[in-house]
Amino acid sequence: MKEIISHLRGAVMSTLVLAAVCCGLYPLIVFGIAQTVFRDRANGSLIVGKDGIVRGSKLLGQNFTGEKYFHPRPSAAGNGYDAANSSGSNLGPTSQKLSDAIKERIATYRRENGLKDTDPVPADAVTASGSGLDPHISVRNAELQAARVAKAQGQSPEEIRALIRRFTEGPQLGVLGEPGVNVLRLNLALEGP
Amino acid sequence: MQTSGWIQLALYMVALAAITKPMGLYLLRVLDANGRTWLDPVLGPLERLTYRLMGVKPEREQDWKQYTLAMLIFSLVGCVFTYAILRLQNILPLNPQGLGALSPDLAFNTAVSFTTNTNWQSYVGETTMSYLSQMVGLAFHNFVSAASGIAIAAALVRGIARHSAKTLGNFWVDLVRVTYYLLLPICLVFAVFLVSQGMIQNFKPYTKAKLVEPYKISVEKKNNNGETVLGTDGKPVMVEQTVDEQTIVQGPMASQIAIKMLGTNGGGYANANAAHPFENPTPLSNFLQMLSIFAVGSGLTYYLGRVTRNQAHGWAVWGAMMALFLAGVLACWWAEAAGNPIHQKLGVALADGNMEGKEVRFGIFNSALFATVTTAASCGAVNAMHDSFTALGGLVPLFNIELGEVVVGGVGAGLYGMLVFVVLAVFIAGLMVGRTPEYLGKKIQAYDVKMAMLSLLVLCLSILGFTAWVSVSKWGLAGLNNAGPHGLSEMLYAYSSGTGNNGSAFAGLTANTPWYNTTLGLAMLIGRFLMIVPIMALAGSLGMKKIAPPSAGTFPVSGLTFVILLVGTVLLIGALNFLPALALGPIVEHFLTAQGKLF
Repeated sequence: MKEIISHLRGAVMSTLVLAAVCCGLYPLIVFGIAQTVFRDRANGSLIVGKDGIVRGSKLLGQNFTGEKYFHPRPSAAGNGYDAANSSGSNLGPTSQKLSDAIKERIATYRRENGLKDTDPVPADAVTASGSGLDPHISVRNAELQAARVAKAQGQSPEEIRALIRRFTEGPQLGVLGEPGVNVLRLNLALEGP
Repeated sequence: MQTSGWIQLALYMVALAAITKPMGLYLLRVLDANGRTWLDPVLGPLERLTYRLMGVKPEREQDWKQYTLAMLIFSLVGCVFTYAILRLQNILPLNPQGLGALSPDLAFNTAVSFTTNTNWQSYVGETTMSYLSQMVGLAFHNFVSAASGIAIAAALVRGIARHSAKTLGNFWVDLVRVTYYLLLPICLVFAVFLVSQGMIQNFKPYTKAKLVEPYKISVEKKNNNGETVLGTDGKPVMVEQTVDEQTIVQGPMASQIAIKMLGTNGGGYANANAAHPFENPTPLSNFLQMLSIFAVGSGLTYYLGRVTRNQAHGWAVWGAMMALFLAGVLACWWAEAAGNPIHQKLGVALADGNMEGKEVRFGIFNSALFATVTTAASCGAVNAMHDSFTALGGLVPLFNIELGEVVVGGVGAGLYGMLVFVVLAVFIAGLMVGRTPEYLGKKIQAYDVKMAMLSLLVLCLSILGFTAWVSVSKWGLAGLNNAGPHGLSEMLYAYSSGTGNNGSAFAGLTANTPWYNTTLGLAMLIGRFLMIVPIMALAGSLGMKKIAPPSAGTFPVSGLTFVILLVGTVLLIGALNFLPALALGPIVEHFLTAQGKLF
C-alpha cells in the first residue's frame, strides 16, 4: 500500500511536470521559431489576392468544374475539397459504388476532353485522393485537359502547356516523390495577374 | 514498379542503416541513469528538479514487479488526465472553433487509445478536437507512451544482460530521461523542419478562403431542429446550395506531428492523417517521417547488441526485421502498381496503378512504402487510405500488424515483441537438437516459455475473439462501409490494429458508436498491458538467472541460421494464428477481384 501511494505521487507529479514541458514549453518554442522564420508556411501557405482576400492555400486543392479551368481529382472530403473535413472515399477494390463512380467519371472525362471511347484515362483523374484535398494532378492528366482549357480561355495550346510546366512541382531534390501539377495555382494564373 | 521507386527504396534503406548505430549509442547513454550527453548542461537541472517534485530517488532501482506497477499506475493517471480534458473541452481554453465536449464512450476510447500508444481514432480530428485537446490531451501521451515503451524494452534488455540480479532499473528515471534527452530534442529540430516544408504551427481560428470558382451542390433539406425533411414519397427533399468558401484547418500541428512519428504514435491531427497536405506537405517531409518512425526501434537493436555484449546478435535481430520488412514493401508495392483489374477494364490507364485513396505527390511507391513502414512499426499514421488498397496490397499492412509488429516495431514495443520471438526461436532450436535451450548463456526454462507464449496468445485471442463477435452482431455490421469479404477485412483490421496498438484503419468503418468505442478500447488495453506484464515477468526471471559459459552445444544467436530460424518462427506463428481469417477476407477478395465480382 505504501508502495502504491509513493508510485501515485510519482505518477501525478510526473504527469504535471512532463505535460508542462512537452505540451506547454515545447510547442510554444516551435511556435516561436516557426512564426519568426517560416511565418507564411506556419500559417497555411495562404494565397492572398491583391484585395487582401484569401483565395486558398498553395498546398490545398479546390473544386473546379467549369470548362475554362483545369479540373482537380475527385474528392471525398465533405461535399468536395472541404479543408476542414479531410477524407478519402475508403471504398475497397470490389466496391460496386466505387466502380460505378469511376465508370461515370471516365465517361465525363472523355467527353469533356474529346477522347475516344477506347482511350485510357489517367488514374488520378477518376479516383479520389486519400485526403480529398490533393492539390496536384498528374502531368499526363493536365496535358489531356490542355486543349479544352486553351479553347475556352482563347489562348494558344503552347501558352497553356508552358503554364503547366511552370506549375509542375517535383520530384523533390530530383528523386523524391512524383511530379504533379498544382491545379489551384495553375487556374489562378489562367485568371491573369 | 518503376526505377524511381527502386532508387527511393535504396535511399531509405541506406539512411536507416546509417542512423541505427548512432541512435543505438545515444540510447545507451540515455538509458543509463548516470550516462552523460551533451545536453546535460541544459537538461540536467530540469531532470533533477523533476525527480525532486516526484519524490523519486534516481539511484534506487526497482525489481520487475515494482517497475511494472509504476508503469501501470503512471498509465492510469495519464489516461484519467486525458479523459478529463476531452470531457471538459468545451469549457477549457484554446478552442477557437467552439467545439463541444466528447461523449463518454468516445472520450474513453480516445484516452485509452493514446495512453496505449495506439492512436486509433474514432473521430474526425479537425471537427472534434480543440487545440488544447490536441496539444495537451493527446500529444502528452505521444511523448510518454513512447517513453514508457522504450523503458519496458530497456528493462527487458537489462534482464537479458544482467545475471543474478533482482532489479531492472528505475521506471521513473527511464521515463524522464527518455522524454527529456531523446524525444524532446529530436522533436524540436524535426518540428521546425516540418514547418519549413509547409506544415502549420499557429493558434489562429480556421481560415475562410473565397473560392475561385463557386459551385452548387444538392443537400438534404433540414428543418429548424436539424432533422431531414422527407417528401411525400418518403425520400429526403433535396435543395441546392452554393459553396463559395473553403474553410482551412489551422492549429499547432507541427509540434504534435514530430512526436507522432518519432514516438510511433500515428494519431493524425487531421482526419486524413499524413495524406493531408498540411500534415505531410512534401515528398521530403514524407521521407523523413517514414525514417523517424523506424529511427528509435532500429537503434534499439544496436542497443541490445551493446548491452548484451554481442553486437552480432543485435545486427542479426535487425537483419531478421529487415528481411520481413523488405518482403512486405515489395509485395505491397507490386500489388498497388499492378492496379485494380476491374477499374482497368473500365478504361483506367494500366501503367498508373491503383490511385484510389493516394496522393499524386507520393505516388504508388511512397504510398506502399509508408503503409508497410507504419504497420511494421506500430505507428499507424497513413499517407494513403489502406481501405482502398487492392486486396493483396491491403493484406500486407494487416498481416504486418498481426505478426505482432516486430518488424522494427513501435518504439520499445517492437524490440520486446521481437525478443519474445527470439526466446521462442531458441526454445524451438533447443527442442530440435534435444538440449536445454540457452539464450546468451541463460537457460530458457518452462516459466520463461510460458510467459513468452502468454504474451502472444493474448494478442491472438483478442484479435480473433473480438472480430468473431462483431462479425455476428448487428452493431458490428452496421458500421461497415464495404460489403462482401472487404467488410470482414474492415472488422478484422480494426481489432488487429487496436490489439496491436497500431492505430491505422480500414477507415471506412464507422467506429464512433458506444459498442465499437468500448470494445476497441478494451482490445487496446489488452494488447498493451496484458502483453507487458508477462514480458516484464520474463525480464525479471531472466535477470535472476546465472550465466553459464558457452559450450559446444550452445546455439549461436547470430548469423544466417539464426536469422532464418527467427524469421521462420515469426511467420509460422503469424500464419498459424491468422491465415484462416485472412483467407476469408483479403485473400478471397483477391480472387474475386480477378473475376470482376462486385459488392
